Amino acid sequence: MGQRTVAETIREISRRHLEENNGILLGQAVTAVGWVNNTVPNVEGIIELPMTEVAGAGIAVGAAMVGRRPIFVIRFQDFLILNGSPLINYAAKSKELHGRSTPIFVRALASEGIGPVHSGVLHSIFMHFPGFRVCSPMTPGEYEQAWRVFMEHDDPMIVSEHRDSLQNTDEMEDATHEKADITLYTISSPRFAVGRAAEMLHKEGIICNIVHIVWLKPFEVMGRYLEPLSQSKLGLVIDASFEICGASRSIAYELTNNTGYPVKALGLLDKTKCLCPPYQNKVPDTQVIYDTVMNILQ
Amino acid sequence: MRSPTFNVPPNIAKQFPSELSLTMFERMCMFRYFELGVIDAVIKKEITYPVYLSSGQEAVAAALSTEIRDYLIFAQHRAHDVYLTFGGPPERLRDELLGLSSGTSQGKAGSNCLQYHENGISMFGHHGLIGENVPQAVGAALGSGKNTVCIFGDGAAEEDYVFAAMGFAATHKLPVLFVCIDNNLSILTTVDVRRSWSITDVARSLGMPAVDVADDPWAVIYHTRALSNNLPAFINCYVCRGYWHVGIGIDATPEWDRYKKVEEELIRLGHEEAIRVINEKTRRFMEELWDRELLLKPLEK
Ligand SMILES: Cc1ncc(C[n+]2csc(CCOP(=O)(O)OP(=O)(O)O)c2C)c(N)n1
Ligand SMILES: [Mg+2]
Repeated sequence: MGQRTVAETIREISRRHLEENNGILLGQAVTAVGWVNNTVPNVEGIIELPMTEVAGAGIAVGAAMVGRRPIFVIRFQDFLILNGSPLINYAAKSKELHGRSTPIFVRALASEGIGPVHSGVLHSIFMHFPGFRVCSPMTPGEYEQAWRVFMEHDDPMIVSEHRDSLQNTDEMEDATHEKADITLYTISSPRFAVGRAAEMLHKEGIICNIVHIVWLKPFEVMGRYLEPLSQSKLGLVIDASFEICGASRSIAYELTNNTGYPVKALGLLDKTKCLCPPYQNKVPDTQVIYDTVMNILQ
Repeated sequence: MRSPTFNVPPNIAKQFPSELSLTMFERMCMFRYFELGVIDAVIKKEITYPVYLSSGQEAVAAALSTEIRDYLIFAQHRAHDVYLTFGGPPERLRDELLGLSSGTSQGKAGSNCLQYHENGISMFGHHGLIGENVPQAVGAALGSGKNTVCIFGDGAAEEDYVFAAMGFAATHKLPVLFVCIDNNLSILTTVDVRRSWSITDVARSLGMPAVDVADDPWAVIYHTRALSNNLPAFINCYVCRGYWHVGIGIDATPEWDRYKKVEEELIRLGHEEAIRVINEKTRRFMEELWDRELLLKPLEK
């Protein structure tokens, strides 16, 4: 442990599923352009889909309906707007409507800084619809856990991956302090920036708890989330997706509701992610997290 | 193109054994009486959810049900005929329409989302999103390797994901029989208003055998037999919808009445007494199925 990257973990899970589980993996250009950042194994059971986003997702859902537990690879999360219909309208609804589940593991990769339709993080949309499990694993251990949960249950699962995490080998522990001023809850790629932001804030005499969130839905309000907040009495949820109607605000609301303490949200601005700086509307980085906390505490 | 005799070989009914013809008719008859019961229950406000009737179109499903066995079934929203002719129990469908927990989806899904997964039948539920069953059928054939029949409407045929999925089936030579129930209507808009192209031509250009045929059930069997050895394949069947898109109203007399034509043909073939017996037996069975006193009991709960 500690040696394997997230990418290697995904590749190994996929290999096991295809070779030992009668699994199937579908996606576009999965065997070209570097095998999706080296996350796809070169084994039998890989189906190259043509550029038919809606039909492709429907075909993957059909394979799930006959029990193949497909891994459906989406190279850029923005395409989920097209892929979404069979997932939302069929896979997520079939269990409640018909008592028949449609377990499909949707690997949705996010990126940063490559323009308006390749830099999106769309997990919030899927939290909105009943029937999904939604998670955003950023470490090898978290990814293994996500897969375990998928195999132990029969729900369709949206796995919000981020390319910034693929070379990561480290697990990330929560950091809590007795006299913290604020608890920072982080989701997706901002998790890699929050530690440095907390160090900068520490230099200003501000002590931050850091709590990592992997499971977005169902969002289980547990002691690990509530205890640091009941001590710091102030929280901030930081996410890589848009703030309006997004995971950050939704989870902030849950935490406030459960504790009565104010919890703020920090996600993307309500602006298009253009290709060129300074119009990229980037994911909250160290500086933005630092500035936001300073503002809140003023 | 569209006519009651299109691509129907002359004297085709004669080429089939009587037993098969009568089985087919029995299924059509059972289905017709069932939907008459539905209409009555809607009038009496026992069924309060929307119903999508297939009366008028049922000859195609009845024909297919005698010809293709052990296929995975992916039908669309208008599928009472598919469900019943392929052997789904009428009482389970009745209960689904009544919203009872003994229905095919515990009374949660209703008329346009039928499923049945017992007694060797694998009919997957639709959710009412037109055309969604086509990529699913293709994915199911890909995932299972099993023969699959996918039944959809002339409106569904226009969905972008429908011919994309048919193309995938052609590329991967998947064992899918695509059947378009072409009633010339998407709700109330006729095909000529909606598009200039033929889905049969599209299927052909994707590389699969494809035919247009009227809903003469013997002709449907004849063409299905030829196509089912060469899957994926496509068959577009001209049919006439008897009732409204949704609900029990009638707008106009349909262009043709296939049920009557089949009856006439069977009489011509000397089966008058047999169809009288089938009619009588089925009528009595359906009267019991829709018996008011029995029905009202669960409804009172
Ligand atoms: C994706 C989608 N678009 C539109 C509708 C609305 N709608 C429901 S049924 C229907 C007509 C479908 O026509 P067809 O496929 O020919 O089936 P038919 O009703 O004639 O049996 C339409 C447009 C829908 N349910 N789903
Ligand atoms: Mg139609």
